[in-house]
Amino acid sequence: MAIDKVWVLAEAADGSPVSTTLELLTKARAIAGTVEAVTWGGDAAAVAGALGDHGATTVYDVGDLGGKLPGPVVAAAVAELVRSGNRPDAILVPTTYDGRDIAGRLSAKLDLPVLTNVVGLEVDGGELRSQHAVFGGTQVVTARFTGDGPGIFVVRAKSFAAEASGGGAPQVQAVPAPDLGVSGAATIVQRHAEERSGPKLDEADVVVSGGRGLGGAEHYAMVEELAKLLNGAPGASRAIVDAGWVPYSHQVGQTGKTVKPTVYIACGISGATQHLVGMKGSKNIIAINKDQEAPIFSVADLGVVGDVHKVLPKLIEALKARG
Amino acid sequence: MRNACSEPVPTGRAAPIGEVGPESGTIATMNVVVCVKQIPDPAAPAALDPQSHALVREGKLILDDSDAYGVEMGLQLADEGGEVTLVSMAPNGEVSGIRTGLAMGAAKAILVSDPALAGSDALSTAKVLAKAIERAQPDLVIAATESTDGYTGTTPVQLAELLGMPSVTFAKKIAVAGGSVKVERQTEAGYDEVECPMPCVVTVTAGVVEPRYPSFKGIMAAKSKPVDQLTVADLGLDASSVGWAGARQEITEVAAAEERAAGEIVVDEGDAHERVVAFLEQLKLV
Repeated sequence: MAIDKVWVLAEAADGSPVSTTLELLTKARAIAGTVEAVTWGGDAAAVAGALGDHGATTVYDVGDLGGKLPGPVVAAAVAELVRSGNRPDAILVPTTYDGRDIAGRLSAKLDLPVLTNVVGLEVDGGELRSQHAVFGGTQVVTARFTGDGPGIFVVRAKSFAAEASGGGAPQVQAVPAPDLGVSGAATIVQRHAEERSGPKLDEADVVVSGGRGLGGAEHYAMVEELAKLLNGAPGASRAIVDAGWVPYSHQVGQTGKTVKPTVYIACGISGATQHLVGMKGSKNIIAINKDQEAPIFSVADLGVVGDVHKVLPKLIEALKARG
Repeated sequence: MRNACSEPVPTGRAAPIGEVGPESGTIATMNVVVCVKQIPDPAAPAALDPQSHALVREGKLILDDSDAYGVEMGLQLADEGGEVTLVSMAPNGEVSGIRTGLAMGAAKAILVSDPALAGSDALSTAKVLAKAIERAQPDLVIAATESTDGYTGTTPVQLAELLGMPSVTFAKKIAVAGGSVKVERQTEAGYDEVECPMPCVVTVTAGVVEPRYPSFKGIMAAKSKPVDQLTVADLGLDASSVGWAGARQEITEVAAAEERAAGEIVVDEGDAHERVVAFLEQLKLV
């Protein structure tokens, strides 16, 4: 039994597919003969070209959601499609706020299990196997579904590289959601966007992150300054996000963003497994920490055993002096 | 407290207080269910059972830290009239983590405990929790966004679907008014204000509130608070739909990940920053 058809839940933002959508389409092309996408939020016309260019031949469009949270609505539309006999072998979902909601709802609707935190997918003996990084990425678990499909896989960002296929414009087919009643009633009344200068955390070439070793919220300014000097983005460990020093959007790790920059500079971060999962794939890692035994040094290409309050100001001065 | 937002964003330690009470004309007594998980101490090294490939859960279990935020949120929302019921499941009758939640101030607990539950996946867990939660007739169900040990992160939403309730995930602030909740939901760009009628399921991020430490009085009182222990059969569920029998996924292989080559370690003697600059130069980043 080969993998004939794979669907990708094609999340979009501001009129373009999010990067994980394109990564999943690229992987889907490698494992299945037919790749199709599901879109929502009224962006279908704007994103169809990019989805086709990454291998989708059909785009199922749930349409504008009228401010409703996507989870129940998109899951209901997809479940209807599956129940009507249009059954893919697998459904790939990006690990995003809305992606997880959709996957959870869909799983319960179709009474199918879901595999989350997927970082790799391969075909073995005609069936899909997924890889999952566990224990801070020190071990890789391979899993498979044993029951009837479609298998629902929720895949972490940057698990695959996105490559265009040069495919033509896909066929767009409207798949409106059925009436959900109260279960779909959660509604967005106001959106708030944070102001950001410099590159996005998960797209930056350089990421400078701070942890509890900074000693206090006021010292995070050093992290921001260093990031700015290197045209990078500032990040954070879960500990200082939980402590309220910086917003959640800065968090790198299992519960936050996955980053794979050219260089990752960890300042005063011990390297809890929670954090390592989100940054271990960086091409180069520099760690500055007082404690020589800190786990972060086990993944660092350059480890500086020292006080961030002494090393960072000198580093910032040295970079400023170079102009 | 820092943030880069265009307007003040109440995050982190500033504890939001639910607007529950007669003046907001809402539910007089609010029934809050908080889903809690008892996990092995995350400070202890984790391992997978070589045969079953399940997480080894030996020794004393503790209340998952992620759930302490939910318990605290529930207690604050129920503070002006209402109570918090903890709902949990475990294969072995373990209650030590639940006692922590009761000591914080929850009124009672429902523990679904049955050997048949061992090996349950997220969907089976949601089916069990849904049946148990129905008994509590909640106005609001609170859960963590994900557990610390398994971090699947789908159980609360699966639960909402099974209960036929709306849900709001990744809440960093919750207020109750007029039979609905107003939630600030974390997003990629910042946050959304979301309105949702009750009963509903809300998942909270760590840091949504500052969890209280149980007082001595609380710890003593917790010992006599009711913990209703139920089996899978009590809930009217078929044992074949949960645990290993109901999990339609399996681990086929566990392997060591590719390790990063050991790097260079320098001890700072006042000039380590020069080594960092040289490293960045090599990468042509400066």
